[in-house]
This record gives sequence, structure tokens and C-alpha cells, in this order.
Amino acid sequence: MKTNFLSFVKKEALHILRDKRTMMIVLLIPIVLMILFGFAISTELNNLNVAVSVQKHTEDIRGKIEKLSANPYFTFVGYVNQKDAETMLRSSKADAVVVFDNEGKMQFLFDASNTNTAMSGSIYLQSVMSEENLSNQELFNLHLLYNPQMKSAYNFVPGIMGLIFILICAMMTSVAIVREKESGTMEVLLVSPVRPIKIILAKMIPYFVISCINLTTILLVSRFLLDVPLSGSLFSIIFISLIYLVLSLSLGLLVSTISSSQVMALLISAMVMMMPILMLSGMIFPIENLPSVLQPVPYIVPAKWYIEAIRKLMIMGLPITAVTKEILILILMSVVLVFVSLKKFNDKLD
Amino acid sequence: MKDIVISVKEISKVFGDFTAVDKISFEVRKGEIFGFLGANGAGKTTAMRMLCGLSFPTHGSGTVAGFDIRKQSEEIKRNIGYMSQKFSLYNNLTVWENIRLFAGIYGLSKQETKQRAENIFKQLDFEKERNTLVASLPLGWKQKLSFSIATIHKPEIVFLDEPTGGVDPITRRQFWEMIYQASNEGTTIFVTTHYMDEAEYCSRVSIMVDGQIRALDTPANLKKLYNAESMDEVFRHLAREAKRGE
Amino acid sequence: MNAIEIENISKQFGKVKALDDVCLEVKEGECFGLIGPDGAGKTTLFRILTTLLSPDNGKASVNGFDVKRDYLEIRKCVGYMPGRFSLYQDLSVEENLEFFAALFNTKIKDSYSLIEPIYKQIEPFKTRRAGKLSGGMKQKLALCCALIHYPKVLFLDEPTTGVDAVSRSEFWDMLAGLKAKRITILVSTPYMDEASRCERIALCNEGKILTTNTPKNIVDGYNDELYAISADNMFELLSLSRKVKGVKECYPFGESHHLVVEKDFDKEYFANELNQIKNLQIKKASPSIEDMFIKLMKR
Repeated sequence: MKTNFLSFVKKEALHILRDKRTMMIVLLIPIVLMILFGFAISTELNNLNVAVSVQKHTEDIRGKIEKLSANPYFTFVGYVNQKDAETMLRSSKADAVVVFDNEGKMQFLFDASNTNTAMSGSIYLQSVMSEENLSNQELFNLHLLYNPQMKSAYNFVPGIMGLIFILICAMMTSVAIVREKESGTMEVLLVSPVRPIKIILAKMIPYFVISCINLTTILLVSRFLLDVPLSGSLFSIIFISLIYLVLSLSLGLLVSTISSSQVMALLISAMVMMMPILMLSGMIFPIENLPSVLQPVPYIVPAKWYIEAIRKLMIMGLPITAVTKEILILILMSVVLVFVSLKKFNDKLD
Repeated sequence: MKDIVISVKEISKVFGDFTAVDKISFEVRKGEIFGFLGANGAGKTTAMRMLCGLSFPTHGSGTVAGFDIRKQSEEIKRNIGYMSQKFSLYNNLTVWENIRLFAGIYGLSKQETKQRAENIFKQLDFEKERNTLVASLPLGWKQKLSFSIATIHKPEIVFLDEPTGGVDPITRRQFWEMIYQASNEGTTIFVTTHYMDEAEYCSRVSIMVDGQIRALDTPANLKKLYNAESMDEVFRHLAREAKRGE
Repeated sequence: MNAIEIENISKQFGKVKALDDVCLEVKEGECFGLIGPDGAGKTTLFRILTTLLSPDNGKASVNGFDVKRDYLEIRKCVGYMPGRFSLYQDLSVEENLEFFAALFNTKIKDSYSLIEPIYKQIEPFKTRRAGKLSGGMKQKLALCCALIHYPKVLFLDEPTTGVDAVSRSEFWDMLAGLKAKRITILVSTPYMDEASRCERIALCNEGKILTTNTPKNIVDGYNDELYAISADNMFELLSLSRKVKGVKECYPFGESHHLVVEKDFDKEYFANELNQIKNLQIKKASPSIEDMFIKLMKR
């Protein structure tokens, strides 16, 4: 019986290998998404142009300006008169102007047309300019932990991981199963002594392998291209990812049992699974910002728990014990999903 | 000759180094039921596409409904009807909506559409089904309806692709009666099929093998020529000679 | 023992009665044909016998195993070729065959003697993807795949639909060849002219079986008188004939029309009534399965 299982797996692998275009997409999607979110759609500060307006030069102010110029995230674009400050901003020659008044107190003028830049920029600028001068400044003390530059990659990498695995495992497996229903081959498979569980397992294994490849590329890209520290233990990151993979695969199986066509499987995966991940998992919008009716929803979105756990492990560098809750919830969800979807997967047609 | 509606001379279609259709010539008379037969891959579909103005011949020339197949494909499309088993009607529209849609496609006025719809309802005894979804009609009814719709703009020629496959014998006969009637009223019927019992209903048939027309005559004459009992035998006799892989 | 026994099977989908109290017996080693149009319930019956669907009512057994209770046993001993050729289009001929062999936990070489006559015809293309094969070759490959585990009963659902006349004829020859191997075959087709290739047939329509017998007995049971008539204008001939006394029915039948007549029908009188029609030909016709089907449907 072992050899025949292997030939099932081989057949599934052939399906994937023969469809070169899809395979390329599946392998490249994570890299493209990472680069897209990591560089292009970045909310982080990069080359923020800062002008400075000074009434009275002092040693203290000079030191601060030096510090500003030395910071890789800010570019010092020169001195301006206080009254020209707004013109600078309006013409986009500067994103921010730091105004020192007679007493050396600071005022920040920010171009807030891009709220993201303004928000994170002002906070970071504030923290840079106020450091070490706490004694004679009345600014409050702000320390950004774990991600002091507020690099968006830190935020997006866990999110992308939560997305990619659902995308590949759930969408691809559900489509692969439904395709057999559509082409009529499922009928022949069912009218054979092989138990459905075997057919399904054989379908899942190649996608599991592909997802593991993706996990590797994601970790490599985050570490070496996006400079995400991967502060936590690699082992725990991989461990929780594997649980999440199993969960995604069984979600795909569940989708396949309720959809009658490939289009439907795709739509369900996209609308019912991807949208909540993007919107409700805290990947892009903080859960706290959701309307109160929707507040409980994220708690049943598996990706929320996975993303949260990965954030803790990867960015905050916490030990695996810190994510026990998340792990337990993910395992529980997997067990329920595997059970329900196997129960629903009928070895008959009606 | 005025009553020749399809006339092609040595038309060929070449894809790369593959000659799908190899210099075929034939004429079809007005009101004729012309059977266009061939095995899978003999070049039937390619030839029919050229006749319908969907693709241009690599060589040769011809006219369909009086229009040049090279230069006047738009005019040809307006003067022919097409019905196939695979695509004919929209299942999620009602009978009346389908009629209105296709009448609209062929630019019939509201008045004409209404009048022709009434005719269809009367001819098919369909009045009650006017607002029924096509999906819930029995297959045989669908096929009769789609023939009526394919001829709604009173085309000179109707192309039928395996029109009666899988239909019960009685409905099938009702269908052929409709075809006979249309042919009697002067519409030319061009049937492509690989079911030889459909071929028996045609006034003349051509059989394509390897991109060429190997035989063209009335079914009776062909059976006599090949000393066969049925068109099926004639066809098998000719198609077995095929050299080209499908 | 009968290879297939069907007792009062019914199956309903919503409002549609797909099968309505169907009874049928197929003997071991027999090639039995289900002849009927689309919507006759052929596919539903196949799915019940292959244990893919459960009947609403009635009992059925395949090879002595009950379709409900022993469905796992049935799945071991039947071969099934569904309506569309269920092959993996992206796998080669050989890979398809290997996969189906593995599915039934067997090796190609174990049943090679059975499939050899068929497989030899497609062997030159064994590295070609199934999707690139012609209809006839797909059909042969699908048959090989269904035979790979040496099944006792073979279910073929419309195996000749969409395939050209030459391949269809070859296919029936292959089925005849399987007869020697004592494999029971249940095959369905909407084409009446294929009925004569089966040992026994059941004519079915709208979920019911109209009659079951050998093709010859069915034709012999046709007790009306039948004429074949033709003329220059076939359409006119049709409508005029129907008005003549003594004519029960007239319907198109290929090159001629078939005329079903009453006992008191007079040929001379008929010809006289239709004297305005040019080139009228009238001769006795022998009935076919299709004539019988029409008669049974009208009853």
C-alpha cells in the first residue's frame, strides 16, 4: 500500500511541475509580495527631507543638527527663515521643518498630506532630537522598542507569511481537488478501493513541500533583503509555521467540499479567506480600530493568531513560551478543521 | 447561376507546415440540406470557420450568400445563422429574453422581434414557456428553440453543428421536420456532424478526409457507389484511408 | 448468478425523477446496452451501481454485493468509465495508466494480457500527454485505465459520444473482444444504431425502462406495417401523407420518411391521393430499433 501512496504523491507533483506558469507564480508570489510591501509600499521613513529654522545658534542646536544629518533616515536640506518654512513644505522641498525659537525650544512642522509618513516621521524625529537632552527639555520621553525606526517590513513580514500560506495551501489545494471534480476524474478515484483520506493526503503533500520552500525564501528575504532581525529562535518560528500550514491545508479541503467549480473555489479562497486576513487580522489595520461589532471577528481568523505569534517570535524575539496561547489556539483550530473537512468530504456524490 | 448560395474554389488553410484544409471546392444550392462530414481532425471545423467569415483562407476564393469570403466577412455574418450543441442559448435567461437578445444582436426592430417571437411561440407551442428559464427546459425543447432563434433573422444559410446528438427519437424527428420546413421555404441548411445517421437526412453530403473532399453526392448515390448499406459504412470506408494522425 | 441485479430503483433530484422504479438484470459475461436519449437516467443508474449515489428506493447488487451495504467490495471489482473521458490531461499516456494501476494497487504487467490488444494501438504515443490525444485515442486510453485491475464488471457511460464513426466502430470491436475474458459489460449510448452491437439492450426514456430484450427480439416485436416513402419535396410529402386515410403516422427517417399504417391501408389509394407530388416512391420497410423506440414512447 505504501508504493501506491507514493505514486499518488508523484502524480500530484507531476500536475504541479507540468503547469510551469502556476508553479512559477506560486514560488515567486512570496518574493514579489515581500519586496512590494517591504520597499515599494513602505510607510517607513526613508530620506525624509528636513529643513531647519534657527533664531539663535547655540552649541546645543548645532549638536542636534549634526545628529540629524548623521541619521540615515533624515536628510538635512538646509536652513530656512521661519516665514519661508511653509513654502518649503508646500513645494515639497522639505517634508518637515524643525523650528528652534529664541529659547532653543523646538517646534515641528510636518507635511501631513501623507499621514503615514507624518505620523511615524514626527515620532521618530521627536525621539532623535530629544535624546540625551531630557534634562533641559520638557519633551516627554518616548522610546520605540523592537522596531525603533518603525520599519514597515517588520510589520508586514508576519502579515505576508499569514497571507502566503493561506493563499498557497488553501487556494491551491482546493482548486486542485475541485479540478478533479470538474474533469470527472474524481468519479473514477471514488470508484476505487482507495480511501478518500489517502487521495487527499497525497494532494496536500506537494503543496506542503512548496509552502516549506516558500517559508525558507520568506525567511531568507526578510533576513538578508529587508534586514528583519529574526530575533527569536528559528526553530519556534518554523514550528508554529508548520502548524499553520496544516491548518491552511485543511481549510483548503473544506473549501473544496463546498465548491462545485474551480472558479467558486478561487472566489471563496479569495473573498472569504484573504480579505479577512488583510482587513481583520491586524496585518494592515489595528484590530482596535475596528468597529465594535467587528471586534470579535478577528478572534476566529486563524491568521490573526499566527501573525501575532510570528510578530512576537520574529520581531520581539520572545521565547516560544510567550506564544503558548497562540500555539494552542492554532492547534485547536487545525484539529477542528481537519475533523470537519474530512467528515464533509464525501466518498459519494450526493 | 442565381441559386448557388455557397461557392468555394480551391480554398486552403495552412497553419505553419500543416495544411488543415487542402484545396477544397464545392457549391451548395439554395434550399439544400448539405451535410459536411469528416472524422475528427479532417479539417471540418477549419473549413466551416472560413465559410462563416471567422477566418480567412490562405489560398483560393469563394462566396457565401453572395458575399466574398475574403473581403465581406461582416456581411456574411449578418446573413447566416449558427447553432451548435455546445453553444446555443443562455441558460440563465428566459425563453423570451433569449429571443430578444438574439433579435437584438441581428438588429431586428421591436416590432419585428415581437412578431417573430409570436411565430416561434406558435410554431413550437411554447406560449406557456415564454417566461421559463431556458435551463429548466428539456433538452429537446432547447434544441428546437435554438434552431428557431438561429433563424430568427431569416438568414439565407444556417450552419448546424451536430444538431440532434443525444435527443430522443421523437424530438429528433420534430427537429428534422423544422429543418425540412426551413429548407422548403428557401433557407439553405449546412450541417456538420460525425454522426452518420444525421447524414442520411441530408440532400447531399460531402466527406472530408485529410483536409480534402473525398466524396460529394446524394446519400443514395454514395451508398450505391461504395456498395454500402448505410452512410456509416461509406464513411468508414473513406475515413479508414486517412493517413494523417488526428 | 446475475452480475447486476436492479430491483425497483428510484432516484429523484428535486422535482425531477431521474429513475422511476427501474428493474433490470444483467447476466454474467453479458454485453448489455442501455439505449436512450440524454435525460433518460442512464448516468444516474451508473452512479448508483458504481456506489457514487445512493438510491432513494429499491435494491441493487453488483457481482453479488449490495450497492449500499457492501459498497467498498463493489469498488474493488468494477471498472468505470464516466461520460467524459476521465483522464489526467497533463499526464502522459503511460503516466495515466501507471496511476490508475496504482489506484487499484496493481501493476500494468499484471493485466497486460487483457489490455494488450487495445493498448498496442496507443503505445506509439505513450509519452504524449493525454490532453493532446484525439478523441478516439482518449477513448482507448480511458478503456485501458478502466480495465487495468481486471474488473469483473465494466461500466461504460456513453463511451462513444463525441467520437468519430471509425473510432466508434473500433471501440465496439474491442468490447466484443472482452467478451472472451468473461467480463460483464454495461454500456450506455444515445445512438440507436449502436444497439445491434450489444447482446441485450434496455430502451430507456425519462427514468423508465421501456423494454428489455435482445435487439433482434425487440425489432421482431414491432407489429405495425411500415413503409418507406420518398419524393422530390420531402417536407410536402410529410404533411400530405399524414392526411391520407389509413396512415397512423409519418415521420422523417433519414433519406425517406417512415409511414406507419393501419391494417386497411391501400398502397394504390395512397399513391393516388398524393399524385400531385413528384417522384413518389413507396416501398415496404423493415423496422429498426428507432421505430420501436418511437412506438414505445408514444404508448
